[in-house]
Amino acid sequence: MASTHYSFKPYNVGRWVIWSLFAIILVLAPMVFDSNLSVSMLAQMGIAIIACLSYNMLLGQGGMLSFGHAVYTGLGSYMAIHALLRVSEGALSLPVSLVPLVGGLAGMFFAILFGYVTTKKAGTTFAMITLGMGELVFAMSLMFSEFFGGEAGVTADRVVGDAVMGITYGPGVQVYYLIAVYTFVSVALMFAFTRTPLGRILNAVRDNPERVEFIGYNTQMVRYLAFIIAGFFAGISGGLAAIQFEIVTAEVVGPIRSGGYLLFTFLGGATFFFGPIIGGILMVLAFVLFSEITKAWLLYLGLIFLFMVMYAPGGIASLIMMNLRVAAFGRLRELWVSYLALALTALVVLAGAGALIEMVYHLQLSTAMGDSVKFLGVTLNTQAADSWFGGVFVMLTGMGLFEVTRRMFIRQWSAIQTDIEKEIKRRETQ
Amino acid sequence: MSTQHATPVATNAASFDQSMSHIHAGGYALELRRLHKNFGKTEIIRGVDLAVRSGERVAIIGPNGAGKSTLFNLISGRFAPTSGDILLGGQRINGKKPFEINRMGLSRSFQITNIFPKLSVFENLRCGVLWSLGYKYTLFRFLADLDDANDRAEELMQMIRLDKKREVLAMNLTYAEQRALEIGITIAGGAGVILLDEPTAGMSKSETSRFIDLIREVTVGKTLLTVEHDMGVVFGLADKIAVVVYGEVIAFDTPEAVRANPKVQEAYLGSVLADEQAASVGH
Repeated sequence: MASTHYSFKPYNVGRWVIWSLFAIILVLAPMVFDSNLSVSMLAQMGIAIIACLSYNMLLGQGGMLSFGHAVYTGLGSYMAIHALLRVSEGALSLPVSLVPLVGGLAGMFFAILFGYVTTKKAGTTFAMITLGMGELVFAMSLMFSEFFGGEAGVTADRVVGDAVMGITYGPGVQVYYLIAVYTFVSVALMFAFTRTPLGRILNAVRDNPERVEFIGYNTQMVRYLAFIIAGFFAGISGGLAAIQFEIVTAEVVGPIRSGGYLLFTFLGGATFFFGPIIGGILMVLAFVLFSEITKAWLLYLGLIFLFMVMYAPGGIASLIMMNLRVAAFGRLRELWVSYLALALTALVVLAGAGALIEMVYHLQLSTAMGDSVKFLGVTLNTQAADSWFGGVFVMLTGMGLFEVTRRMFIRQWSAIQTDIEKEIKRRETQ
Repeated sequence: MSTQHATPVATNAASFDQSMSHIHAGGYALELRRLHKNFGKTEIIRGVDLAVRSGERVAIIGPNGAGKSTLFNLISGRFAPTSGDILLGGQRINGKKPFEINRMGLSRSFQITNIFPKLSVFENLRCGVLWSLGYKYTLFRFLADLDDANDRAEELMQMIRLDKKREVLAMNLTYAEQRALEIGITIAGGAGVILLDEPTAGMSKSETSRFIDLIREVTVGKTLLTVEHDMGVVFGLADKIAVVVYGEVIAFDTPEAVRANPKVQEAYLGSVLADEQAASVGH
């Protein structure tokens, strides 16, 4: 068949720039943030990025809302740590660098096993079955303590076998670079997946499964294959986590972990490929840093999630892309005053609400430590009415101001969007 | 300009079909034998016999609720028949899944537009092409490198006159454009038997007549079954008309014969034609 169109495949410069930047960031990050804590956090971010991206293969690309993704990361972790133990016993000869692949294969194996059942149906039924499957595995983790290690979990030493070129994986930074390599390759492969026939048909199944059946595809098979691939990368992430922490406990297959993947993939943005990367980074920041700052961090997280679902269901990635579009039409400058106003008023709300939340938590958890709470440099007294009234006053004032600025912003935003739509129409007709 | 375009495009489409046409070479492309379908205790299809020759254009007409759409759903595998047989190119297909039937060379469109809203026009068409070109569940090749699939999708885009909307998301198209895309996806896989369920539903008169030209053009050499309410369209497009009333085919003949058939006059056509005449007098 003769080509009916002018085909030219340009050397995609933009793509090379982005991937090179990504690689450079991975290489340089531990040099810039070189404390033990930050190197460990960076390593965890790599792990979380792979996990969230693999989760989004189901959620964002396949329209499958899974409540049990931790089953595959978690079982990957368990298999990897057992492999590590076998290596140290000398029963298995495997370089530590390849142990994450054991996790990946385990994740894939269990996805083949469980996915056959879960992917039979889509939509609500799929979500329910994954939930059940998650509970099942979590319950089993408490029953079979030989494999899952019971309460204490399974521990292993990652410094085993011969050092290859001086790499023992003793120092955290060596583990970081192992994780960085896996992260880069996994992200690249998962991106490549979105450009394959299977990846595209998966999008079609998400959009309109019924129609897919009438263009020759078995939707169940498409979902199943995607599920297996997602399971593989989830397992890789789990395997890396086993090496990073040298301990695996039952919570890694638990529902809270599954919920975490869902929550942060959504926060990062399920509709764009890079969304879950943001989600993975936020996940580690929240779990490691945020949880240090306040005991009420889960509550804040829940509130953020709530507002995100209500006001920006496309997550942070979609917010970025929406603003990039505005910027592409040269209209972003008009908005910065509004953004500043929104941020300031939101901070006022946060200050008021934060003071109240911290006082409530203090009353519930640490009354023995006295009545005073330090918050944003102010000492609040949980027994004094003025602290409570002050908090309420600040919060309500902030809410009022925020609502006013929000309405103004919405008007400005929709005016700009209308202009952009007109401009697009105009360019189309030219 | 469009007519100049039409000929080479149509030839291309015909050459593409040859790979599929062997399955109904000669004989009947599609055959229904004593087909029944019950929903619970309600009998919707009550013993339909119909034999469509390869390359024939058949319009199925009948009052609302006569079972026309159900008939399409049975043929395309959406529902399994309660009893009776459906043969596609001589092979029994009843009870098969929609994707199996599609792979055997039958494709359908839907009365309510059924496209991939969040994919671009080009991606919609490329999805429709992939299976028939043998890419199936391919994981180790990039879409961008599949020259035959990309060429075919571009070609389809020109055929349905959406080449200017290449990157537009399907959900942002106008209604008429979406209907055209619906047809595009339906013919994308090169199936030899095409079922169109009310392709012009909801279109204006002028859109309809242009659309019928398009349908005629893109289904050259194919066996076509269409459910249609617009009698102008029916008599203009079809070689044969099947009249379905209350779950039965009461007549299956050329348009002239059907028009003259007293049984049809009585059961259905009389009232419709009278309505149309009344409407045209009214204008």
